[in-house]
Amino acid sequence: MIPFTITQAPSTHEAIQAAAAGGRYIAGGTTLIDLMREEVERPDRLIDINALPLKHIRAEGPDLIIGALARMSEVAVHPDTRRLHPVIGEALIEGASPQLRNMASMGGNLLQRVRCPYFRMLDAPCNKRIPGSGCSAIDGLNIGHAILGTSDQCAATHPSDVAVALVALEATMRVQGPQGERTFPVEELYRLPGDTPHLEHTLLPGELIVEIRVPGLSYSRRARYLKVRDRASYEFALIAAAAVIDLDGGVIREARLAVGGAGTRPWRLRAVEQALKGKRLERATLEAAARTAVEGARPLSGNQYKVELLPRTIVRALELAGEIA
Amino acid sequence: MTMNVIGKPVARVDGRDKVTGRALYAAEFNQSNQAYAVIVNATVGLGRITGIDQAAVAKMPGVLSVLSHLNAPKLAYRPHKGSIDPKTGERLHVLQDEAVRFHGQPVALIVAETLDSAERAAAALRITYEAQRPIIDIADPDARAIVPESGRDHTRGDAEAAFANAPVNLKASYDIARENHNPMEPHATVAVWKGDKLTLWSKSQYVVNEQAEIAAIFGIPLENVQVICPFIGGAFGTSLRTWSHVTLAAMAARVTQRPVKLALTRKQMFFTTGHRPRTLQHVAIGATQDGKLTSLIHEGTGETSRYEQFSEALVASSSYLVSCPNVTTRYRLAALDTGTPVFMRGPGEASGVFALESALDELSYKLNIDPIELRRRNEPKLDEGVNKPFSSRSLIRCYDVGAERFQWLNRMPQPRSMLDGRLRIGIGVASATYPAYQAQSSARVRLLASGIAEVEVAASDMGPGTYTSMTQVAAETLGLPIDKVRFSLGRSDFPPAPSHGGSWTMASVGSAIRAACISVLEEAKKRPSTDRPLEATATTQRDAGVAGRFSMHAFGAVFAEVAIDPDVGTIRVRRALGVYGAGRIINPLLATSQCTGGMIGGIGMALMERTVLDRRDGRPVNAHMADYLMPVNLDTPKIEVQFVDEVDPHVNPLGVKGLGEIALVGMAPAIANAVFHATGKRIRRLPILLEDMLHA
Ligand SMILES: Cc1cc2nc3c(=O)[nH]c(=O)nc-3n(C[C@H](O)[C@H](O)[C@H](O)COP(=O)(O)OP(=O)(O)OC[C@H]3O[C@@H](n4cnc5c(N)ncnc54)[C@H](O)[C@@H]3O)c2cc1C
Ligand code: SF4
Repeated sequence: MIPFTITQAPSTHEAIQAAAAGGRYIAGGTTLIDLMREEVERPDRLIDINALPLKHIRAEGPDLIIGALARMSEVAVHPDTRRLHPVIGEALIEGASPQLRNMASMGGNLLQRVRCPYFRMLDAPCNKRIPGSGCSAIDGLNIGHAILGTSDQCAATHPSDVAVALVALEATMRVQGPQGERTFPVEELYRLPGDTPHLEHTLLPGELIVEIRVPGLSYSRRARYLKVRDRASYEFALIAAAAVIDLDGGVIREARLAVGGAGTRPWRLRAVEQALKGKRLERATLEAAARTAVEGARPLSGNQYKVELLPRTIVRALELAGEIA
Repeated sequence: MTMNVIGKPVARVDGRDKVTGRALYAAEFNQSNQAYAVIVNATVGLGRITGIDQAAVAKMPGVLSVLSHLNAPKLAYRPHKGSIDPKTGERLHVLQDEAVRFHGQPVALIVAETLDSAERAAAALRITYEAQRPIIDIADPDARAIVPESGRDHTRGDAEAAFANAPVNLKASYDIARENHNPMEPHATVAVWKGDKLTLWSKSQYVVNEQAEIAAIFGIPLENVQVICPFIGGAFGTSLRTWSHVTLAAMAARVTQRPVKLALTRKQMFFTTGHRPRTLQHVAIGATQDGKLTSLIHEGTGETSRYEQFSEALVASSSYLVSCPNVTTRYRLAALDTGTPVFMRGPGEASGVFALESALDELSYKLNIDPIELRRRNEPKLDEGVNKPFSSRSLIRCYDVGAERFQWLNRMPQPRSMLDGRLRIGIGVASATYPAYQAQSSARVRLLASGIAEVEVAASDMGPGTYTSMTQVAAETLGLPIDKVRFSLGRSDFPPAPSHGGSWTMASVGSAIRAACISVLEEAKKRPSTDRPLEATATTQRDAGVAGRFSMHAFGAVFAEVAIDPDVGTIRVRRALGVYGAGRIINPLLATSQCTGGMIGGIGMALMERTVLDRRDGRPVNAHMADYLMPVNLDTPKIEVQFVDEVDPHVNPLGVKGLGEIALVGMAPAIANAVFHATGKRIRRLPILLEDMLHA
């Protein structure tokens, strides 16, 4: 581990100032410290933001507001989460382990780094770690990698579970930085790898995630997060799907759908949503719509199974969501 | 024989020390003025080192020494092969030349004032290589096939002819992934030289061998080396051998004249500390229409390194597990550019029995005979491999007891016939077996005037509860309550014990303790009143006559129920039962825990564990606990263990057969057979993943 300094920021303003001067925020540290120990991340100044008043979880009318420093475990079981957006709770509980969820913050979760094993190996080429060095995964081991949104430079998936649910629910995030405050959809936080896989998100230097707002949705309780993996718990998704549907009798009035483990970022499936509109909640219909999700998929040597698994996961998630009254 | 202490569910005598942190593990024996060593591992899979920029890092803050083949002391590396070392080949000589034999081989060592400084320097050290593409795939046509010198081929009758003439036959091939042991405690050694005497606090399942190996490597007398290891945080075989990091710790301490601590990282535990070799197997079975085997051919190939022939009993159980007049078994090795494998829980048998028991299951469906009934029809009366009676064999009893408890008869025989809602349910069964070994062991007992008995053996306890069970044996034999016995282990200056593996610790060490206790009691009869301590040492081994007359093995029947999601393919074990006939059970509490752990290891083998290597440079890609999957609580719902009463008067005076290894054997085929029953899909490759189920 490379030596570093750490200071606690007493206020949001001071935190942002310190970040503008080159410091790096640390919340739960479950991603950052891990990567610093392996010298993949090498910040020399850490700004501990845990004292900032950003731990709130509350309802604002039909909207759910989540502070960036609220812990995954707290958000998961909070009554307002359960009431307004249970799928967020489900996605959180399916993530990591109880110990990690107790430490990990919501802001940190959204900004966690990829789980591509080569990203962590200093002696392996990785465009994300060292731009232009090459991608070890494309011709190497890529069992867990993405099939959508990949480039020849990088095919790592974004690993966050809750981000998938937030993207499906059209959550927005409020950030503050040296240039002031802005609010934008969580979906727009993430970039495609393209030719610049080292650039993962759209935050400007020094910007601090302050809070997440999940807008109310009349049918938000008809929602499920289905995470598919070989181990029953404590494994990142091979494929995951967040499905929210508005049912009228057996007919889908509207649907929201986003998937994880499939794309290089949390992947909203608008075309599938459109295809589902007005259709009956029946397997054959769902399957036909779900198939369109893998149009243009670019599987690698080890992840072809995802082309099959993705539509199936979507179908099951929709069915599960439909079962909930 | 009535027993007061043996057979009782005595709680772990060291449990309190473990949960309160008083039990110290190798890396916790910190010394004053201690320095820290960090290994630098090769980043190519084969080749040679062409340059090392040692000078640059030698100047870094806190760095005491930078060692590589350029400047490391030339070590004696006297010939020494412990019982655990491969008989053929020569161990890795660490930092002695520029050759890189496998990815992750230690190529340099940093010693520094602090761990941080050592890690920093290790990361900064620039090494250049001339690299070649390693051969790391057992199926690679360029892999060198070897007939192991420890030759284990077995032939009786004419299996090829019988196969050709069999009314029913089947052939199948099996591929089991490489696994790493991944115990909780990483390997660690604290080394201290005082003059030419060396003390090592080191994680070891075999302290007397570590002593002998290090003495041979450094060319110093045996008595100059002391190895201490009171506790082990799991090992599963990875600490049987003395690997290069122990040598490096001692080397670092000698060069710097400081006590040195060296602990491996999780990633490094995938490089140089052995693994369960990947195996490829072929099984051919011929049978009559009523399910009587007429031919069995079992061929298997295991990975080894280029510099040592690691061999294990991969196909051995096929010579005795089932009755069959015509049997051929062949065992081969593929020499690859990897480190040498080592025994991992249930070594050989766990992999070999997977192939045989999968094939038998397949045959049972082909013949439309209940899988248990098929085993029954092929139950041998004696060990047909060596033509000797079994000292005891309770396999069919295990099946009967298990079938009853697992409610086997409620299972619908047809594949794909059981559903629970949307889930496909499958119930499978398989045999387990493992030899009942006994090795030479010694033990010392001292009866103090205070009424306390001190018992000492250079044994180890990697978790099964050796501290407790040996205390029970001594207490029973001496007629003392448990709390009057002080049992110590894990020091090389104690009377020697064999390696803590092969499920022979109770048979070997227990027998020695029992014998020493009997002698000390006789001594006490001769000198009824004395306030000087009475002491006796005994050395025991298996009675050669008995060994010549009997075939000695433990047997078991393992049941598993799986639920498979037909849409997304996930496979979950819902319940499992292992029923074992393993002689006398010294402590049912420990034995149950031991078997539960082994069965969980079997779930890992069946559904999760695999070390994935990058073909380009042989690097283990998932050398990380988040990526190398092992079962977590949710994957191990209801696991039950039962022992059938089995009195074996031959195997050893205690009548014990051992449990550690057999508990992992049989679980993987039971699960694979359950997966077939659920889906009609026969998967012959482990681990079985959800992607294998997508078209099931
Ligand atoms: C073994 C393991 C398994 C895991 N499994 C899962 C899983 O299954 N699903 C899942 O979703 N996640 C999983 N995780 C990831 C885990 O959820 C994240 O590590 C965690 O959410 C990160 O939060 P943190 O507060 O610890 O972030 P930190 O490590 O403190 O920070 C992470 C990054 O975010 C930045 N940051 C933090 N807060 C802010 C802020 N307010 N504004 C701007 N930047 C900020 C930091 O600078 C840093 O770059 C797993 C992690 C581990 C180690
Ligand atoms: S997939 Fe991305 S993260 Fe992985 S090696 Fe390639 S560039 Fe690096």
